[in-house]
Amino acid sequence: MNFISQVKFLLRITRSDDIIRRYFVVNGFDGALTMLGLIIGFILSATVDVSIIINACLGAAIALGVSGMSSAYVSEYAERKRTLGQLEDAMISNLHDSAHGEAARGVPLLIALVNGLAPFVISLLILTPLFLSNSGIVFPLSPLYISVAIALLLIFFLGVFLGKVSGVSWLRSGMQTLVVALLTSGLIYLFIGK
Amino acid sequence: MLAVKRIILDVLKPHQPNALEFCQAIAKSGADYRVKLTVIEVDEKTETLEIEVTGNSIEIELIQSAITDNGGSVHSIDEVEVINESDVN
Repeated sequence: MNFISQVKFLLRITRSDDIIRRYFVVNGFDGALTMLGLIIGFILSATVDVSIIINACLGAAIALGVSGMSSAYVSEYAERKRTLGQLEDAMISNLHDSAHGEAARGVPLLIALVNGLAPFVISLLILTPLFLSNSGIVFPLSPLYISVAIALLLIFFLGVFLGKVSGVSWLRSGMQTLVVALLTSGLIYLFIGK
Repeated sequence: MLAVKRIILDVLKPHQPNALEFCQAIAKSGADYRVKLTVIEVDEKTETLEIEVTGNSIEIELIQSAITDNGGSVHSIDEVEVINESDVN
């Protein structure tokens, strides 16, 4: 069994594929909204150097990634250990060396990885125009506005993904998440706007 | 040479992997194994199975290993069929 098949098998026997999907969307959404909030905050503030914006956003992205990874690992490891213990009680045998034991050790790692990487990677995508601008590439409009557009687009795509998963209209689902992002932007503007 | 041709095991396994995956895992342990799995009883977290394996020369250790690797445990060997092939030849 190759690595991918083994991972799929372990996810199937622990019924974890839906949990991974949920974590990906929830924390990905967190990452996108956080970056959106930070960037709008910078747009509404006095002009600062792009490198300062990158540092602040990158710091937040790393913190989101590490927080997602560690919180998911700790909680999932405890859950898997409890489930394995219950199964061992029912089987009246030690399952440490079985696929269930392997899943109890490996699945929390995988879930932690997804939960941590989702906000981090999404944040990096949103920050791409700022990286490019910082390396000398000139855009026709401020890279901050392009970052906001990318954030809104990614949030829309997360909604589309949710729509595909739940079998409802992808457009409606995408628009719902987009409305949340626009409401967030409105709230930020309301509180810190000039 | 003594060759095990058929064996029936009483096995307890968790609900996952399911009966098909469990059966396939056992069948993979020998090139010519034919595996018949019957679910005898289903409990809250476990299933009791009757597994019949037929083949030219069954290696019980490999079958047991496939069962334990997938979270199951052999409760008893209920039937076996062994042939002394040196006598046949």
